[in-house]
Amino acid sequence: MGVGIEVNKLNAWYGANHTLQDITLHIPANEATALIGPSGCGKSTFVRCLNRMHETNPIAKVTGDVKVGGMDIYSDISAVEVRRRIGMVFQRPNPFPTMSIYDNVASGLRLNGYRNRRVLDEVVERSLTHAALWDEVKHDLKKKSGASLSGGQQQRLCIARALAVDPEVLLMDEPASALDPVSTAKIEDLIFQLKVQYTIVIVTHNMQQAARVAERTGFFLNGKLIEFDSTHKIFTNPSDKRTEDYITGRFG
Amino acid sequence: MILCAISIFAIVALIATELVTHSEISLHKFGWKFFVGSAWNPVTNKFGALPFIYGTIVSSLVALALAVPLAVGVAVFLTEMCPRALRGMLSFVTELLAAIPSVVYGLWAIFVLVPLLRNYVDPVFIKLLGWTGLFTRPDFGIGMFAAGVILAIMILPIISSLTREVMSAVPHTQREAVLALGATRWEMIRMGVLRNARIGIVGSIILGLGRALGETMAVAMVIGSSPTISKSLLAPAATMASVIANEFAEAADDTYRSALIEIGLALFLVTIVVNILARLLVWAVTRGAPARTA
Repeated sequence: MGVGIEVNKLNAWYGANHTLQDITLHIPANEATALIGPSGCGKSTFVRCLNRMHETNPIAKVTGDVKVGGMDIYSDISAVEVRRRIGMVFQRPNPFPTMSIYDNVASGLRLNGYRNRRVLDEVVERSLTHAALWDEVKHDLKKKSGASLSGGQQQRLCIARALAVDPEVLLMDEPASALDPVSTAKIEDLIFQLKVQYTIVIVTHNMQQAARVAERTGFFLNGKLIEFDSTHKIFTNPSDKRTEDYITGRFG
Repeated sequence: MILCAISIFAIVALIATELVTHSEISLHKFGWKFFVGSAWNPVTNKFGALPFIYGTIVSSLVALALAVPLAVGVAVFLTEMCPRALRGMLSFVTELLAAIPSVVYGLWAIFVLVPLLRNYVDPVFIKLLGWTGLFTRPDFGIGMFAAGVILAIMILPIISSLTREVMSAVPHTQREAVLALGATRWEMIRMGVLRNARIGIVGSIILGLGRALGETMAVAMVIGSSPTISKSLLAPAATMASVIANEFAEAADDTYRSALIEIGLALFLVTIVVNILARLLVWAVTRGAPARTA
């Protein structure tokens, strides 16, 4: 089951650039939460702080606290442990090119020390089924490399890879922005099914996408969280003038 | 301009034909047996190249066994964990090793490396690995092992700088993919970097091998110049390159000279093939497309 995320006074920097300023919000469990805003507003940095990927950049810095399921991910557990519990799907599909489809999905489990063939087989099938890719690849699981799939399939493979370790939260950083409309629709369908089991945070620059998949939406601008509310409210009756300007297309 | 380009091919072709014509006597007299015969006797005019082929292969393998782990370690350190300030200086020094003339390496080996091996390193190997038969007395310091060690130092910069290049050609998104799965830094390096770069790393190793096979001066100075095949790595031996360098000046007889040139021909062909193979592998990785198979 998914868990909720409590973010309190989160600040992040790239070098001298203060990319996130005092972000406080509560992301409920088993819902999809969308983060929208113009390029460079800090929404990607924000999700990267939720699984401590932000700090892998040597010039990055972060303060404040993030509690996932009640546990402070910056003090209670290590970054490695955090990333095992919080899966992430990136903007560009990044399957491992030297591994087969099977090995791609199993990679996270193998990192965790699982070696049992039966367990691996089962998890690979379940994850690929969850990612709606099983039927397309079940005949060449071990024959084809992860890089031989189409872009949309690669992205679903990456989702399967993230799901295989059974995370509590799934972060998606513009998961469909590099894909064609058909593949995008598939990813969106998938988000609907996945939020039954996982808490999903999705960054998107596509407002229709946010409106379609998410219960809640947050609007970021210049490193600040301007408004965070139910998706319906944000898109029909936003409280802040800047949110209204953005969703009606007056800037960004 | 086109003439300049063509002249390169012409030079290579000329070398090949010269080598073939001048080794004719030996080619006729010994045929294929030249490469399997182990007698090398200028007095009776009997020539077989096997001891030198053996010496070349074994000294190069010893060099690779020592240099590869070290070079990959240096490359991993420089690309993944070295502080930025130190990185430039360290890679400069590593690459400086490649600029030292071969004969200087030879001199250093004779006066520093060989006594060091004889007094401190070899006794340890004899004690620990003597049972394998690879390290047995008598030990003069000079010999196959000393040649392998000096070769390892000489090919280290080639392997490490090319490995560094293919490692940094691995896209950043691959590193992030592994980290996001909850990998430690070592797991990230192993799965996200080395695994993706492995074909290029093999290419750089083969390029190092190409250098080791043909390296002459330093090897000729420390290998002991003995046309014999012995199991012990501490025994003196000779390589294809070292025998040409050491004996060409005294080869007055036509058959003798022709035999040495035939060794040169064989060495020429082997190193060209090895180098082409290595370049292809490195190029396949660094041109941007990650290798899909193997």
